[in-house]
Formats: sequence, C-alpha cells, structure tokens
Amino acid sequence: MLFTSLYFILFVAILFALYYAVPRKVRWPLLLLASYVFYWFSGWQNLIFITVTSLTAWAVCLVMGRIDEKAKVSLEERKDTITKEEKKKLRDETKAKKRRLMLLGLLIDLGILAVTKYTDFVIENINAFLESKDAIQAVDIIVPMGISFYTFQTVSYIIDCSRGTVKAEKNPFKVLLFTSFFPQLVQGPISRWKDLSATLFEGAPFNFENFSHGLMRIMWGYFKKLIVADRIIVAVNILIKNPERYTGAYVFCAMMFYAFELYCDFTGGIDITIGIAKCLGITVKENFDLPYFSKNIKEYWNRWHITMGTWFTDYIFYPLSVSPKMLNLSKWSRKHLGNELGKRVSVYISCFLVWLATGIWHGPAWNFVVWGLLNFVVIMVSQELEPLYSKFHGKFHLKGKAGYSVFEIIRTILLMSMIRMLDCYRNVPLTFKMLGTMFTKFRFRTFTDGSLLDLGLERADYVILLAGLIVVFSVSLYKAGTKKDIKAVLYEKYPLWCVSMMVMFLAVVVFGAYGKGYDSTQFIYNQF
Amino acid sequence: MKLRIRHRALMLLITLLVTAILMWLLQCLLVPKYQKGIVEGGMMAEYYDDLDVPHEVIFLGDCEVYEDISTVELYREYGISSYIRGSAQQLLWQSYYILEDTLQYETPKVVVFNVYALAYNEPQSDSYNHMTLDGMRWSKIKWDAINASMTEEESMTDYLFPLLYYHSRWSDLGQSDYEHMFSRDPVTVNGYYLRSDVYPQGEFPEPKMLADPNIGKNAMLWLGKIADLCEENGIDLVLVKAPTEYPYWYEEWDEQVSSFAEGRGIPYTNYIGLQEEIGLDMSTDTYDGGLHLNVYGAEKYADTLGQFLTENYDLTDYRTVPQIASLWDNKAAFYDEIIDLQQQEIEEYGHVVSWGVNAIDS
Repeated sequence: MLFTSLYFILFVAILFALYYAVPRKVRWPLLLLASYVFYWFSGWQNLIFITVTSLTAWAVCLVMGRIDEKAKVSLEERKDTITKEEKKKLRDETKAKKRRLMLLGLLIDLGILAVTKYTDFVIENINAFLESKDAIQAVDIIVPMGISFYTFQTVSYIIDCSRGTVKAEKNPFKVLLFTSFFPQLVQGPISRWKDLSATLFEGAPFNFENFSHGLMRIMWGYFKKLIVADRIIVAVNILIKNPERYTGAYVFCAMMFYAFELYCDFTGGIDITIGIAKCLGITVKENFDLPYFSKNIKEYWNRWHITMGTWFTDYIFYPLSVSPKMLNLSKWSRKHLGNELGKRVSVYISCFLVWLATGIWHGPAWNFVVWGLLNFVVIMVSQELEPLYSKFHGKFHLKGKAGYSVFEIIRTILLMSMIRMLDCYRNVPLTFKMLGTMFTKFRFRTFTDGSLLDLGLERADYVILLAGLIVVFSVSLYKAGTKKDIKAVLYEKYPLWCVSMMVMFLAVVVFGAYGKGYDSTQFIYNQF
Repeated sequence: MKLRIRHRALMLLITLLVTAILMWLLQCLLVPKYQKGIVEGGMMAEYYDDLDVPHEVIFLGDCEVYEDISTVELYREYGISSYIRGSAQQLLWQSYYILEDTLQYETPKVVVFNVYALAYNEPQSDSYNHMTLDGMRWSKIKWDAINASMTEEESMTDYLFPLLYYHSRWSDLGQSDYEHMFSRDPVTVNGYYLRSDVYPQGEFPEPKMLADPNIGKNAMLWLGKIADLCEENGIDLVLVKAPTEYPYWYEEWDEQVSSFAEGRGIPYTNYIGLQEEIGLDMSTDTYDGGLHLNVYGAEKYADTLGQFLTENYDLTDYRTVPQIASLWDNKAAFYDEIIDLQQQEIEEYGHVVSWGVNAIDS
C-alpha cells in the first residue's frame, strides 16, 4: 500500500476515527492490528520475517531481564555474606550470560537481514570471482519491506536491554508494535524503544492542536513528495538510464535533480510518518534538520537521516572505539606515531568501519560500499585539513560571513550530490565515468536550447517544479533564520493555517504527479 | 481554551466546506468537455437529455453504430424514434450495463446490437473506458459497469472522483473547458455523430492471421447476457455487423455469431457483403477512407435497417404523433444545420475544421 495511494489515505482516516473511538487501553492493540494489516499488503510472507525478528528480540530481552533480576535477588539475599570476589564473579557470570543471549538475538535478527538482503549479492560476487555467471544460482529472495529499518530497531532494543538502559518488555505484542508501527515501516525513522514506547502504548486522548499539527505535517509531506519528488523522478530516470546519451551537462542535471528528488522524497515521507504519528498522539523522532544548509559533510550527516547516524554512532562507533582491541591499538599508535596522529588512528578505523557498514546497510551493491567509503574519505580529509582551514579562515576573516557561508553550503551540496550519484548509475566505474564527463563534455547550451524539455517534463512541469522548490526552500529558510517551524507559527494564526492547508491540498490534488501520465512511486528509502 | 478550540474546529469545518466547493469547481474545469475534437466522451451523457422522447429502438455498440446509422433518417423515412447508445470501443459488458441503465428509464421494443465488440474479450484501455462510462448516471449499474471494465491499472476512485484522473489536464485547458464548465452542447443527434465530408475508401492492410479463431469466452458470455436481458424484458434483439470492411470482421467470427443467433432465435445480418443492396458507394459514402460511413452512407444504411425494422416489428410511426414529431423536427433541423455548417467549412477550407480529432479548440 503506497503512502501516495488513496487506499492508504482511506486506511489512515479510518484508523484515526477508530483510534479515538475505542477506549485508551485498546488503542495500541488497534495500532498493532493496523500495522499488520498495512504490512500484509506488502506480502503476507513478510509478516513471518517481522514477527520472527520482533519475537526474537522480545524473548532475548525478556530472558536477559530475568537473568538480571535473578542476579539482583541473589545479591540481595546474600548481601551480608557475599564477598567482593563472589560479587564480581556473579556480575561477570551475569554479564557473560547476557552477552551470549544478546549475541544470539543479534545473530538471528541480523542473520535474517543478511540472508534476505545480501545472499544474492554474495552469490553474484562469488560467481564473479569464479568467472562463471552460473557457478552458484541466485536465490531471488524478495527483500521484506522496511527490513533494514525494523531490524535496526530490534538490534537497538536488544543492545539497550543488555546494557540495562532499557527495561525488557514482558508483553510480546508491545514489542511487535514497536517493530511494526506502520508509518515508520516504509522508510524509518529508526526509533529507539525508550523514545517511542513513551507515547506508543499510551493511547493519548484526542488533542486538537496535536491533531492539527499532524495534519499539516502530513500535507507538507505530500506536497514535497507529489509536487516535487514524483515529478522530477521522470527526468532523473531518463537521465540515469541512458548514460550513453546523457553526458556532460546532463550529468550535472541528473545530479541536482536527484538531490532535490531525494530530499523531497525522503523528508516528505518522514513528514507523513511523523504527521500520522502526531495525529495519533505518538511522538516519533525527527530525522532531518535542514541538511541542505550544512556547511560541511560532517555537519550534513548530523542533519540528514539523523536516526540512522546516531544508530551507527551508538551501536557501532562507540562500542568499537572503546573496545579493548581498539584501546590497545590506540595505545600502540600513540607510542609509534606520536600523540597527535596516534590518537586519531583508532578513531579513523572505527569511522571507516562505520561508513563501510552504512554503505552496506544502504543496499547490496558495490555502489553503496564505495558511497560509504567516499563519505569516510571526505570526512577524514576535512578533519585532517582542519588546521589548514583554520589558518585560511584566520587570515582572510571569511568564517561567518554570509557570502562565504553560502559558498560553504553550495560546496557541501555539490560534494554530497556528486557522491550520491553512486545511488543512480548501475555500477561504480560508470558513475565515475559519468562524473568525469561533467568536466570534459560540459555544454552550457544544454540548459538553454530546449534539451531539458526532452527529459519527459514539459515546460509547465518545470514551472510547477520551480514553484514547488521555491516553497520548500522558503519554508526551510524561514526555519533556518528564525529557528521556528512555520507550520507551528501558522497554527497560532489559525485562519492562515486553514488557508495554507487548503491551498496545499488543492495544489497537491491538481499539480501532484500521480495517476494517469505519472507513475507515483514508492519512497526511495523504502528499498534500503 | 475550550472556546478557542471550538472556534478553530468551526473554522476547520468551514475550510473543509470551501475546499470541497473548490474541488468541485476544479473538477468541472478539468474534466474534458468533449465538445470539439474527440467528442466520443460526451455521447453517453446526452442520452439523459432526451428522455422526454420515447425510443422504441435502441442501438448498442461502438463507432460502427454511432457513426454509421443516421437516427434522423430513420425518423424521416420510417417514423422510427431511436437512440444510439454507443461510444468509442464500447465493449460487450459496457453495452450490457448501458442497456440495463436504459431500462431504468424506458423499455424499447427493439435493441439492435452491432457485433464488432466481440473482437474484444477483456478490458482494453482506461481512456476508452472513461469516455464510455464517465457520462453514465451514477447508480449500482454504473458501479458494476466500471468494475467489469477496469484495466489492472485503473481504480474505482478515478471514476468516483474524476478530478483525480483528469487533474493533470491543467496544462492543456482550452477555451471550451471554461465555456462548458457547467453546460454542454449536443455533439450527436440522438447518439448519431454526423460527418458530411468525403474521403474515399482506399486499400486496407492484409488481415492478420488469427492466433485463435474463436471469439473470446468472456465476450460470448456477455452477448448471452444481453440476449437474456432483452428476453427478460420482452425486447426483440437484433444483431448486425455494420457494412464497413475495416477493422476486419473475420469469417470465423461471423460463423460463431450466426450459430449463436440461430441457437437463440435472434436475427443476425452481416451487412459487409450487402454494400450493393444498401446502395453504398465507398468512394463517396465514407469520410475516413472506409473505416466509417459519412452521413450519406449512414442514411443509406439507416434506410436498410429502417425497412427491416418496420417490416419485422410493430413500431410506432412517430411522424403521426404531433407532440413527438415536433421534437423530432427540431432534431432534424439541428441535423441539417450541422450538415450545412460542415459543407460551408468544406467550401471554405477544403475540409471540415470544427469536427474530427484535429478540430481546434479555439
């Protein structure tokens, strides 16, 4: 069921009505039912995967909780007689048991993800290595929708339980809902138990203000998705699927079009997700913070797909950085490479592994691996050149000046957009070749001689696109300048809020790229 | 606080109402008007404007009825009051439901069904479906007709809310979209789409070999349903194949229809082989190279059908019913007016410019 289909809108409308009609304690079971119905539309087989993944997390965490409980009771009972060594032994044993359980849980959940998502990729590479296309037959497993997102949620739940930062949930159905909560199944955000559970099971009473904010957020998401993303995708597809024809300036177009498309598609989808949750009185974490206003890539990654970034930081980067092996390595490198460089070695290795994992998480293709590593390289190089930048800024006093800030923002957008082209073209060499043509075959006239009208978009489409992008940019600019969300400001001037909702709704209905002549698409991040 | 929320809720309600009105206005604007160029989409709705005239003969089918049979000629020569409920590529099941729809308003004595639609066994195209079904009045019958007609890509919501289907027309709006937002002019005379220009029949491509010479089971099933519906309502069904030769009507199909008709005791005439008897001269009686008849050919074909119908069925001569005759006289005047207008254009430009797919929507 596409977010952009009328059936989905009807589904959500019925859910809203039912949700507030039933008693509060029945609301979360209703949400679970709705989530499973929603997921059932993506293929009933997928329900098996998500259920096994969720129940594994639930069972593992429950047992871990009981082990903790047992150890606590044992300590309590023997608090007057137990020696320090015995206490330590008990703690170590508890820790080891929990660790084994945690690893079992991770193995099952990540194993399901690995098998469903990466088997064919591995087979393909073994075949390439053996120089035989059919040495091993591909298995063609259909990747369950949103598996990367919900698996990461269960992984965070298992690790948090094992760390003791989250208390294990006894009710398996609550864990099932945490994993399958339908608005975030398609493309995240990757929620944590402690964040989502606070409101997910509460069945909050109807709140007009919250509901209004939710509706506006949903509408804003559809505006971005249907007016910009799904319109521009037509041109992007033509450009990237015909690389032999569209080189030079066209690659630049593809790069920028894809940057706009991805932004409006992904943030639009998250707006719809957060909006639906808000209407239900549930708080879902923000996933974006004006990423295209970032002045460098590090900042960009703190503002783009925030929940993914923090997930990798909390569950891979930090554990790796403080692991005994890494600490030993750090000690060794400081000794041999000096304090300054030596302390960065372990950080860079952890960083490298995080970006490798991020790339692999995005998809079973070398494009994504290289994409991840390129991000790592750019971040590392920027980090290493930081003293040089500081010197430069100190000398020319450019830092903080409006013009220079704009330059930094544009530079970051261009750099990220270039790296992101690895999402688009079918393999790594082709991507680099196409990026190369951008410099060797650039023809400025492509923008003025009507060539852009050959990309499946008419003049009128470009007008709508431009108008849509201006609106999106203005809203972002307002937020960047005032630190206020214009949607909330409008709510305070309610007649304006009503007019904005109406105009946006009518704009989406009339100018939205859906239905005949368009192929309203699934969200891009749905494939990850 | 409560008062503030009540105020806001009321404002929201008013916004919803205004939005609904604006949506309706936008729908009126964006839905195609079918006043010029491709007019087929406007034919179905016109029937409901003619309910004050009884129709003893109803024609069902595709372009081989609405372009090939002159309803005015049937009246002028035989006093038959008829209506053509046909549209572009009208499929069997659509004809069935259109007949059911007709029966809600009147019960004709005779239904004449043109069999070419048997060439199609399954839903074909969303555009043709909309042209046929959008104009039907909403009822359970229309709902069923849509369900039977939809292609895999279509959805019922496109029919329930045409704005969602036609929304992307905003960049193609023409003068008539504004002029006919709330009204429309007739594009047919009792379902007959009149063309008086001449473009002689040429060579047709060789017929393709049929992969399966059998008419599709689904199509035959719906033909049977049409026959049943007529029988249940005491209506005489007549099957015809229009005298035009292209698109091909294969002998194998003809044999199957003949045997069906014989089995059910329904008269069936394939007029392709009877062009001479009808008096058709395909160098002057067609406007598009032999695919369809022009008004001169349509009058000749109507003459033949009229003779058959009056000889075999107890039809009223409405020329003798003053109240109805006066209404038909108006239709005949409109018919003559169209011919005159088209002839003026032919004289002025060498061809008609306000009719046909290339007509400009000024």
